[in-house]
Amino acid sequence: MDYSQFGAMLPELIILGVFFVVLLWDVFGGESARKALTPLTTILFGLATVAIWILPSSNIAAFGGMYVDDMACKTMKAILNVGVFIVLLQSAKWVESDQVAIRKGEFYELMLVTLFGMYLMISARHFLLFVIGLESASLPLAAMVAFNKRHYESHEAAFKYIITAVFSSAVLLMGLSFVYAFSGGSLYFNDIAAAVIGEESGLLVCALAFVIAGIGFKLSLVPFHLWTADVYQGAPTAVTSYLSVISKGSAAFAFFVIFVQAFGTLYSALWEWMMYAVIIATITVGNLFAIRQKNMKRFMAFSSISQAGYIMLGVMTESALGLGSMMYYIFVYIVSNLAVFSVISAIENKTGKLSMDDYDGLHKTNPWLSFAMTLAMFSLAGIPPFAGFFSKFLIFTSVTASNSMALYMLVLIALINTIISLYYYLLVVKAIWINPGEAKVESFKSDGSQRVALWICVAGIILFGLVSSIYQYCIDSATNLIML
Amino acid sequence: MDLTMLWYLVPSVVMFAAGVYGFCTRKNMIALLISLELVLNAADLNFVVFNRFLFPDSMEGMVFTLFAIAIAAAETAIAIAIIINIYREVGNTDINSVKQMKF
Repeated sequence: MDYSQFGAMLPELIILGVFFVVLLWDVFGGESARKALTPLTTILFGLATVAIWILPSSNIAAFGGMYVDDMACKTMKAILNVGVFIVLLQSAKWVESDQVAIRKGEFYELMLVTLFGMYLMISARHFLLFVIGLESASLPLAAMVAFNKRHYESHEAAFKYIITAVFSSAVLLMGLSFVYAFSGGSLYFNDIAAAVIGEESGLLVCALAFVIAGIGFKLSLVPFHLWTADVYQGAPTAVTSYLSVISKGSAAFAFFVIFVQAFGTLYSALWEWMMYAVIIATITVGNLFAIRQKNMKRFMAFSSISQAGYIMLGVMTESALGLGSMMYYIFVYIVSNLAVFSVISAIENKTGKLSMDDYDGLHKTNPWLSFAMTLAMFSLAGIPPFAGFFSKFLIFTSVTASNSMALYMLVLIALINTIISLYYYLLVVKAIWINPGEAKVESFKSDGSQRVALWICVAGIILFGLVSSIYQYCIDSATNLIML
Repeated sequence: MDLTMLWYLVPSVVMFAAGVYGFCTRKNMIALLISLELVLNAADLNFVVFNRFLFPDSMEGMVFTLFAIAIAAAETAIAIAIIINIYREVGNTDINSVKQMKF
C-alpha cells in the first residue's frame, strides 16, 4: 500500500498529532502533570494554528480524489483554527473549575476530534468521506453538550441535540441514497455533477430537499432550527460558543462545495428556489425570535440562526467571489461572536448571571467588558467602522454581482432584516450603558486567558474591516478551490 | 415471478415512513431511538439495492452501507449514554420529563 498519500493530509495530521499528545499526556501523565494540561493544549494548538497558516497547501487530490487539499480548504481550516484557539483561551477558567477539572482532558480530546471531523468535511470530494466527517464532527459534540454532569439542563440539551442530529443524518443518508441512484454508480462530487445534468425527476427534487435538510440541521437553517435555542442554553458556555461558530463555519463551507460542485448543474433548475425560501425564512425567523429572548445564550442562539442565513447568501452566488466573501464573513463572525461569548462566560463564571436584565448598568462596574461587548454587538449588527459592516457589505456585493432580479430581491430582504437585527443587538448595548438602576454585577477582574481572548477578538473586530489584505487573501484562496 | 427492484424499494420506503411516524409520535426515548434505527436502515437498504440492481459491477453502495452501519452504531451508543444520564437525573425515560427549556 502506498502510504505517501497520507502526506497530503498535512492539516489533519497536525491536528491528530496534537490530539495524541493531549490524550497520552492525560492518560499517562500523573496528577501533577495533568495540572499542566490546559496550558499544554493551548500552546500546542496555538503552534498548530500557526503551522497551518504558514505551511503551503499541497494542492493535490489524494485517495483517488476523495480528499483534496487546496488553498481554499487550507484557509478555511486556518480560520476555524483561530476560532478554536480563542475558545480554548476563554474556556480555560471554566475547565479548571471544581466540577470539570477532573474531566478536562476529555473536553480537549472531544474538541480536537470534532475539529478533525470538520477538516474532513471541508476537504471531502466524495460523499462517503463527507458523511464520515459530518458524523465525527457532530457525535462528539453531543458528548460535549452533556459535559456539565451536575446540571439537568445539560442533559436535556444533549438529548435534544443527539436525537435531532441522528434524525437529520438519517434523512441525509436517505437523500444520498436517492442521489446514488442517479449517479452512475459513483459518489464522487464531479461524477454526480456529470450524471445529473438535465435530470428533473421528482426523486431528484426529493433527494436535494433531504440533503438540504441534513446539512441545514448542522447550520440551523430555519425549518431545521428548533434544536438550536435549547441546546445553546443548556450546553456549557464554552461548548455553546464552539457550536455557534466553528461547527457552523465548517458546515457552511461544506455546503458550498456540495451544492456548487456536486449539484451545481442543477442550480437554476432545482435548488435555487429551495434556498431562496430557506434563506429568507432563516434570516427573518431568527431575527424575530431573537427580539423576545431574555436569556443571553438563547438570544445568541437566535442571533446565530439569522447570521447563518447571511452566510448562506454566499452559496447563492455560486462563484469564487461568493466563496471568498463567505469565508471572510465566517472569519469576522467568529471574532465578533466569540467576543460576546467571552463576556458572557466571564460574567457567568464569576456570578452565574445569564439574563439580559442582569446587564443593566454593567458599565459602572465593568467598563472594559462593557466596551468589548458593545464593539461586538456593533460588529454583529454591521455598524460601519467595525468588521461586521464590511463582511455584510462584501457578501451583499458578491450576491448582486450576478445581476439577477431575484437575487436583488433576496439582498433587499436581507437588508431590511439587518435593520431588525440592529434593534435587538442594541437592546444589549442599551441595557449596559443606558438602563437606569444599580449595577447587578459586581466589579471583578476577569481571568488572564479570558482577557487575552477578548483582546484578540476586539483587535479582530477593529482590524479585519480596515486591513483589506485579509479580504483579498480570502478571495485569492477561494479562486484556488479545486473542483476536479 | 421476478424479484425486481421494486420489491426491495417498497419495504425500504415503508421502513422510512414507519421510522418518521414513530419519531414523531413515540413518548419513550428508547422507542425514539428504535424509530431512528428504522430510518437509518431504510437508507442502508436503498444503497445496497441500488448498487445490486443498477450498478452491479461496482461496490460503492455496499461499502457506503458498511460505513453507515458503523456510524449508526456509534450514534446509538452515544444516545443511550445520554439517556442513561437523564434516567439518573429524573428517574424515567419519558420525553415529557425533558421539557424544561422551551420557547
